[in-house]
Amino acid sequence: MSPSRLIVMLLVAGLLLAGCGERDHDTLILTGSSTVAPPLSDIAADFEAANPGVRVDIQSGGSSRGIVDVRRGTADLGMSSRDLRADEDDLLSHLVARDGISLLVHRANPVTNLSDEQVRKLFRGEIPNWSELGDFDAPVTIVHKGEGRATLEVFLEHFQLNNGEVKPDLIVGENQQGIRSVAGNRGAIGYVSIGAATHEAESGTPIRSLAIDGVTPDADTVARGDYPLTRNLILVSNGPPEGLLADFLTFVHSDTGGQRFQKHFFTPAGKGD
Amino acid sequence: MRDALLRFLSIMAALVAGTLLLLILGELVRASWPALRSLPLGGWLLSGHWAPSEGEFGLGAMLAASLITSVLALAIAGPVGVFLGGWLHLSAPARVASPLRALQGVMAGVPSVVYGFWGLVTLVPLVNLWAPPGAVLITAVLVLALMILPLSVIVTDAALHQVPAPAMQAARALSLSRWGTFRKVMWPHVRGSVASGIVLQFGRALGETMAVLMVAGNVLQWPSSLTEPVRTITANIALEMGYASGLHLQVLFLSGLVLLVMVIFSMLLVRVGVRS
Repeated sequence: MSPSRLIVMLLVAGLLLAGCGERDHDTLILTGSSTVAPPLSDIAADFEAANPGVRVDIQSGGSSRGIVDVRRGTADLGMSSRDLRADEDDLLSHLVARDGISLLVHRANPVTNLSDEQVRKLFRGEIPNWSELGDFDAPVTIVHKGEGRATLEVFLEHFQLNNGEVKPDLIVGENQQGIRSVAGNRGAIGYVSIGAATHEAESGTPIRSLAIDGVTPDADTVARGDYPLTRNLILVSNGPPEGLLADFLTFVHSDTGGQRFQKHFFTPAGKGD
Repeated sequence: MRDALLRFLSIMAALVAGTLLLLILGELVRASWPALRSLPLGGWLLSGHWAPSEGEFGLGAMLAASLITSVLALAIAGPVGVFLGGWLHLSAPARVASPLRALQGVMAGVPSVVYGFWGLVTLVPLVNLWAPPGAVLITAVLVLALMILPLSVIVTDAALHQVPAPAMQAARALSLSRWGTFRKVMWPHVRGSVASGIVLQFGRALGETMAVLMVAGNVLQWPSSLTEPVRTITANIALEMGYASGLHLQVLFLSGLVLLVMVIFSMLLVRVGVRS
């Protein structure tokens, strides 16, 4: 490469970097939960198509990152799969959808329903083999979530478990890892977002969702409020939304937005929530 | 003119790399400073009790898990890599050697998350047959060893090419066996560079996150057996970073700082070792 070409390239790189500093008026930046990001990306694409010249950037990285970014002003909206904590009440929360959490076993496991008490015993390590619950001889492998995960908090709260009591054999992070771990172990039981579980089960992964006390986890039971293990998916703003941001929030709450959430197996919160 | 430009660019590149490292160190210290001040010094390094929601921040068990998986992975990949590299250089027929070299190059370039996913869907169910739940310490060691093996083969192979021709001619004149040539003539020449290459891999193994997260089981406990799950420092950061806040977040930064200091220390060790 000739020196002059190199210098030109450096100049171009420098210009590109300089461009990074600017915040455009018709650009919205959303960061946060990896659960909320996929449906929001679809909604953002629709919003961009309906509003030429507008750009919506979506980046995932965890609920807390979204909240921190909104506070700092580096994002216009934060995406979170948990409600705001007491020390985060300086921000405004907008409920956009609900997500259910589904108990998951390997498809070879004949068990289809568990009571709250059975789940508690399983996760406390008091039931070492599935033969105690059905005609199935396999050691129980508890697939648990890492501390701080929104899914974990919902799970512990519903089953009134203390994280210290749970005797996990395996701790996973993302939904995908949980699903692969259950699919690869006949005796495993875990819990993941209903959307992810439904999608995987339909595409042939050997897993099965369990009913809790007779209620099967699906979009209907979540929407009716029958299914007990649910959490809120929220967007977070710093102060009341104005201008383009308000338009975008209205769009998220519209029927089009709702359909996008449904496509990802979430239950839209609807208008006014 | 060209030399001057090249010199200038090299110096700039070195400065940028060095400054970046310093900035990262500075940011880690800044972000973990409140935790460093409020936690009892030493206590958090040795305690194995990590329960952020209860205010317990012991890094000990995870530090031990990080060190043990990395050291065991090196203990497997190091010797195997040296022998494979030696075999490639000395005895392998050209028909086998050149595709194998190319394969090692490709394997070294495969992103670690691919090794992790392979481990999760293939290796974990296999290990599960004799050591349930399958995602245990030895699985992590095997995946790490496989990840760093290609580079230790490549380093050995490259180092053997540097052995001076007169030494090889002398060995041939003495009609030394292949093993004798390798052991007595080549090994003393390449020992230093092979060793430093291997220790560099230690840094990679220690810092590996996704592959380990997927196959190590991540249960918080002191590593006591090859068939028990463990959680490494890096896996812990990946698991909890997205949701952590306050002191919890600061301690995660602190654990990153501890890891970086350990990696820098191992690199310094290589430099000292190469000089002496």
